[in-house]
Amino acid sequence: MNTNQYETVIILTPVLSEQQMKDAVAGYRELITGNGGELVHEENWGLTKLAYPIQKKGTGFYHLFEFQANPEFIKSFELVFRRDERILRYLTVKLDRWGVDFNQRKRNGELRTVTPQGAKVVVKKKIEIKEDEL
Amino acid sequence: MSKETNFIFNQTPQVLQKKKYCRFKKHGIKYIDYKDGEFLLKFINEQGKILPRRITGTSLKYQRKISVAIKRARHLSLLPFVADGLK
Repeated sequence: MNTNQYETVIILTPVLSEQQMKDAVAGYRELITGNGGELVHEENWGLTKLAYPIQKKGTGFYHLFEFQANPEFIKSFELVFRRDERILRYLTVKLDRWGVDFNQRKRNGELRTVTPQGAKVVVKKKIEIKEDEL
Repeated sequence: MSKETNFIFNQTPQVLQKKKYCRFKKHGIKYIDYKDGEFLLKFINEQGKILPRRITGTSLKYQRKISVAIKRARHLSLLPFVADGLK
């Protein structure tokens, strides 16, 4: 079956307690793995300040999933988000070759050891410069 | 005539300015991360508007990617839609 790599960021309401937030996240994690998806990476940014208020809330729990799934799954996945009142915002993005590569290198702490197939030598250069730019 | 125009061109400050370049092309950056709000801050003005590429020098290919990344960041409330004195 054809699978793509996706990345989903969700913002949960700050009203939830730490435990409730973890339960909600665990529910989504199960949803991914239970529907033939494969979780690649997960990140919890914790309670983060929003750039502008959403539903009169100034903060939110950010959580990121990176996973492999087939395109049909995304539709049902996002439908669950829309129905869930705990979710302030969500965004699912299909990662292209460079996105997958970028995330992988980021996870490895901006490593230059991971040179994916198709990536040219320029990638090495990029990391050096990006560090002092950021 | 041609001499004269050359003279005028040499007077313009544009000649003295350093040549603009696309930082993504120069450094071989292929993917622009929408989750990195701090980096995207370089491509918006203090009102939160996306800067034109005639100012930043970004090539068209990467300007498109930047604009998508900024819009995604706005949706996730990592960047404001409207701001005052962002910088």
